[in-house]
Amino acid sequence: MRPLRILIAKPGLDGHDRGAKIIARALRDAGMEVIYTGLRQTPEMIAEAALQEDVDAVGLSILSGAHNTLLPRVVEALRARGLGDIPVFAGGIIPEEDIPFLKAHGITEVFGPGTPLETIVRFIETHTPRRAHAESSS
Amino acid sequence: MSETLSWRAPRELARWLSAIERGDAKALAKVRALYRTPSPAHVIGITGVPGSGKSTLIATLARALREAQHPVAVLSVDPSSPFTRGAILGDRIRMRDLAGDPGVFIRSLASRGAPGGLAAATADMVTALEAAGFDYVFVETVGAGQDDVAIARLAETVVVVEAPGLGDDVQAIKAGLIEIADILVVNKADLPEAQRTAQMLAAALALGFETVGHHGAAAMPAAQDVQHGWRVPVLLVSATKGEGITALIEALRQHRAWLHTSNEGLRRKRRQAEAEIYARLYAQLARYVQMHLDQAALQRWVEACAMRTAHPEEAAEALLAHVLQAIKPC
Repeated sequence: MRPLRILIAKPGLDGHDRGAKIIARALRDAGMEVIYTGLRQTPEMIAEAALQEDVDAVGLSILSGAHNTLLPRVVEALRARGLGDIPVFAGGIIPEEDIPFLKAHGITEVFGPGTPLETIVRFIETHTPRRAHAESSS
Repeated sequence: MSETLSWRAPRELARWLSAIERGDAKALAKVRALYRTPSPAHVIGITGVPGSGKSTLIATLARALREAQHPVAVLSVDPSSPFTRGAILGDRIRMRDLAGDPGVFIRSLASRGAPGGLAAATADMVTALEAAGFDYVFVETVGAGQDDVAIARLAETVVVVEAPGLGDDVQAIKAGLIEIADILVVNKADLPEAQRTAQMLAAALALGFETVGHHGAAAMPAAQDVQHGWRVPVLLVSATKGEGITALIEALRQHRAWLHTSNEGLRRKRRQAEAEIYARLYAQLARYVQMHLDQAALQRWVEACAMRTAHPEEAAEALLAHVLQAIKPC
């Protein structure tokens, strides 16, 4: 089976990418190919990268507090490009009470601080329908 | 998936590239057909040691070429972990400024264990990008070691990127990477050692060509490739500041024009075709070996070699004999 391709991006203006890098590394160590785009990405940049890289999932790390604005916009930008089937997961500083709102706006899962890395890896491995689809159609 | 490839339909293009990468039969059939239609795209290899500034250089080049409206594709290869097969593909970080421009298509690619600094699917993905109508296709190798010269069998023009202060003049005349350069770029030209590095490389190149000259008729001026008639330019560039980029684009253009007007263009195509056939032949053989390898025997040989009661070459011979036996009937 081919390796999963995952885009890890940081939307918005906060400059803390330690969490994103830890996730990127954990996914790499789980045998995934991680496209890491770096800091200060707009929703359009993230969606464009997801499109060109044809990824299986998008992971967003956000600590700025702007998650309720930015994360749904990433989902919208993906849908506008016909990429609504790509699961989007998020991590960072996101209060518990915001999670239902985010899920209602297309975020597949939210991982708070302290989530074991294996939990995230397992989640991605079981929530990436594109790979299964691509393999069966070929 | 749609049948025609175009840079104006990036989503379809991205999916074709994925299909090629995973070895999808329909996609490979398509590539074979596309390969038969030569494209006017200029395929440029960018190679150099890790940290020499390849990604940043490509970003700066692409931006300059976009000003002239050329659609540009970038294939960036990064290494896969030999242990987990995972990879972190981080070349987009340096190409951030290109995001949002529909005339630039960037694809990151993991080497997946292929030797030589590229991924196995690179050549076929380049064929697809050529067919999609890009004027320029940049192929960025993994941060190359001295031996990673696979790019030479793919690119029309190879740019080797050096950075100041990475080695002495003996490093420069060692075999390998530097020999495949059509253009040598000393990046980070704003650093104090840059001038000296450029002079050292120019001197090393001149040395190489003098040797050639002694076999030929007459001694030639320094840095003149008598054998092939192309003078490898050594260019000082600062990719972050955009300095020297115009000269580099001009050198790329000149190299291509020279390939087209001299016999070397055709000679190079033949050399590349032969190298590519060999590479695919070895890859097919490797698949047979994987398929028919006697795993139990392998384990016995591993034990024996680890205990040094047998030599690995004996093991390889015995295992190969078994593989050949297995594939003989077909």
